[in-house]
Amino acid sequence: MGEVSIENVSLSFTTRHAGKVTALDTLNLKIPDRQFAVIVGPSGCGKSSLLDVIAGLTEPTRGQCRLDGNTIGKPGPDRGMVPQSYSLFPWLTVQKNVEFGLSLNGVSARERTERASHYVNVVGLSGFKNAYPSQLSGGMKQRVAIARSLAVNPEVLLMDEPFGALDSQTRAVMQELLLDVWQKEKKTVLFVTHDIDEALFLGDVVYVMSARPGRVIDTIDVELDRPRDYQVVTSEHFIELKRRIMSSLHAEVDKAMALSQ
Amino acid sequence: MSTMTLFDRLLTPAKPIPRKIEIGTGTVIALAILAAWSFLSYTGQIGEDFLPSPSGVWESFIEKLSNGSLQKHVGVSLVEIYLGFFLSSIIAIPIGIFMGGFRIVSAAIEPIVNFMRYLPVTSLIPLLILWIGIGLEQKVAVIFLGTFFQQIVMVSDVARRVQKDLFNVSYTLGASKRQIVTRVLVPATMPGVFDTLRVTMGWAWTFLVVAELVAADSGLGYMILQSMRGLDPAGIFVGIFVIGFLGLVTDMAFKWIKDATLPWTHAR
Repeated sequence: MGEVSIENVSLSFTTRHAGKVTALDTLNLKIPDRQFAVIVGPSGCGKSSLLDVIAGLTEPTRGQCRLDGNTIGKPGPDRGMVPQSYSLFPWLTVQKNVEFGLSLNGVSARERTERASHYVNVVGLSGFKNAYPSQLSGGMKQRVAIARSLAVNPEVLLMDEPFGALDSQTRAVMQELLLDVWQKEKKTVLFVTHDIDEALFLGDVVYVMSARPGRVIDTIDVELDRPRDYQVVTSEHFIELKRRIMSSLHAEVDKAMALSQ
Repeated sequence: MSTMTLFDRLLTPAKPIPRKIEIGTGTVIALAILAAWSFLSYTGQIGEDFLPSPSGVWESFIEKLSNGSLQKHVGVSLVEIYLGFFLSSIIAIPIGIFMGGFRIVSAAIEPIVNFMRYLPVTSLIPLLILWIGIGLEQKVAVIFLGTFFQQIVMVSDVARRVQKDLFNVSYTLGASKRQIVTRVLVPATMPGVFDTLRVTMGWAWTFLVVAELVAADSGLGYMILQSMRGLDPAGIFVGIFVIGFLGLVTDMAFKWIKDATLPWTHAR
């Protein structure tokens, strides 16, 4: 199971140049098991902070997060993380990167190899098992990062603009790959992006976040059939939703710009 | 690209040049220096007791080799430098990693380390002679003190620069704090540690020779000093060349060991 609930979560911190910053303000969200939830919002709206809180890397100032009813404290393998920066271990091969989490938890070498090989296969990199990260393209690195987090069998996958650094063709391929993997593995996914097309293409539901302090200002149910392919982006429903998100985001982006001036 | 003439290419910043030209240029420069040296010495432009001839240096080298004195001095110097360097490295590397990895460790020792780092080790030589004499222990102490604090600072910088995302991702994969240190922090700093060792090894050679010049009864620095006293510039040249050669070999060994133990650093 992987039901995530975010209850009255607020997060504020003090920085040297901006003083006290409220990144999240009394946020409430409930993400059902196996849902693909996407958060879109202007940059600096606290999207990444929210993922950090769910991952257990940052403690919220107020409120709490729960996974299947249990309060989230420390980070753990039940909540996998895929950051934008790939963050692969450069000293390990693709296979060993994917095995990393399993090796931490005392899984036997044989099972480790088997499970890692499975996920390397799932992301289509079996030909690059023994390559080091420095030998891979950006898209391939991100596939390794996805395989690495899937290998420890998390309930929830937290993805922080994972395709933000990729070119648009690679990004499209990765989005389809991710949907494919998600449909096979049936995990809860919480995916953060600032790309509206990406949000609608991937998500069951899209949460639109306001500029700082981050709040959910709109919730959009994406009623597009699955499996989706790239033709949905021209469908009427898609365009209608896109228009709706754009108009609510537009005002927020203006606010975010004003904040940073 | 084909329209680019060779001349253009050579004068374009950062442009690769043909391998033949790369090797050839280096060889020509080396030969030119040798030729100038030969000209100045063999034609008597500069006296033999001032600038020895290439063949004079070679003869001195053979002589020192055949009477075994060169091997003895090289042996003494190598033992001193490797012992001092090894002792320094095995203590400094873990301290540096902890200092870069844990703010509390850097808060505790950074002030002392930085103070010690700016004390020129050469200024400590008289004190060390007074305390522990002019034997092996003193040379080892000089090399140790000269490299130890530098290594700590350099390694801690490397450890501090390890991407925080690597730690975060590891935590979400289930790593404990101990595993973060052993499985992430340590391997992530290894290339930087090797580079630090390579650089500080070069400094260690300098400290060694200085220590041997000041007070010693054997070693390459002592050999050079004896040659000076005997008005034997060829002997000085032999000492200098041997030190340069040993330094070069050590440096190549470091590079080779790094490539062999950290294959990922040069995987492309």
